[in-house]
Amino acid sequence: MNVGWYLAVSALIFSAGAAGVLVRRNPLVILLCLELMLNAGNLALVAFSRMHGNADGQVFALIVMVVAACEVTIGLGLIVALYRRRLPIDVDELRELRG
Amino acid sequence: MSELFFFIAGLGAVAGAIGVVALRNPFYTVLSLVFHLLSLAALFLLLQAQFVAAAQVIVYAGAVMVLYVFVVAYIGGQDEPLGVPGTGLKGAAMLAAGALFVELCIAMLGSGLKAIDSRGAALPADFGTPQQIGQLLLTKFLVVFELASILLLVAAVGAVILARRRRGLEADEEEADAARRQIPSAAPAGTGSMAEGAGSVSLSPPPGEREKPKEPTPTGGW
Repeated sequence: MNVGWYLAVSALIFSAGAAGVLVRRNPLVILLCLELMLNAGNLALVAFSRMHGNADGQVFALIVMVVAACEVTIGLGLIVALYRRRLPIDVDELRELRG
Repeated sequence: MSELFFFIAGLGAVAGAIGVVALRNPFYTVLSLVFHLLSLAALFLLLQAQFVAAAQVIVYAGAVMVLYVFVVAYIGGQDEPLGVPGTGLKGAAMLAAGALFVELCIAMLGSGLKAIDSRGAALPADFGTPQQIGQLLLTKFLVVFELASILLLVAAVGAVILARRRRGLEADEEEADAARRQIPSAAPAGTGSMAEGAGSVSLSPPPGEREKPKEPTPTGGW
């Protein structure tokens, strides 16, 4: 398959993730949609790495996976802390910092 | 043959992504993301990235998703309530996402990269193998590698500090809990205790006998 098709799939996944971040209200699902966007970026990186025949892009994708794992641990820690303090698990109701 | 695999895996990846956005139960959302990640690993394999595909399956679909499932089970996987109808925010969000997709497609098709319409450059035999990735990580990207390990350590410590039971911030709440627990209940003393289960406490003793220390009745075993 041509590399362009992989990039098209990547763009589709990224748009789906962005729509999820905008639409959903459960912070857990918003984290999942962020994962979708990071994975779309990973797919584009690996596709470009294949296009150039250079493995640097794959190392970049691995580092992105590390950053995503860190983001997940911190985000889930925040959600558990929210639950412990009996705050609502809904980003529409957690608007104290909105100003 | 690779076209067939691409279409199967690409359809799976897109369907999984749409499932993540559209399903309302968080459990099903996580399962949909696992499906998406597995399809994406197949796409990585088609792009000659064996090591990244293996890491995707083991680290992402294996470890990170287990973390998600644990947290969903902990906070409860109730359905998300529907939004306020009539605000049109959902339609606006979908419109924004569609505009983003069109923009990304224009950016890629108009980029003028000639190799986008090719199958890619000729590859060395060890492209994407663990040997090559490891060599790159330990020579060209050594600083990045070390920074990633520090980042993981910081994230682990931060998660522990965020999710622990803390003394300082919730002291008032804990005092309130303790005060609530000390309200005398209507049930007689010893109700619900192990001693009652063993039969050594008789419920509702006469008022005079309550203060008197009892002879411990021998119970078998423990």
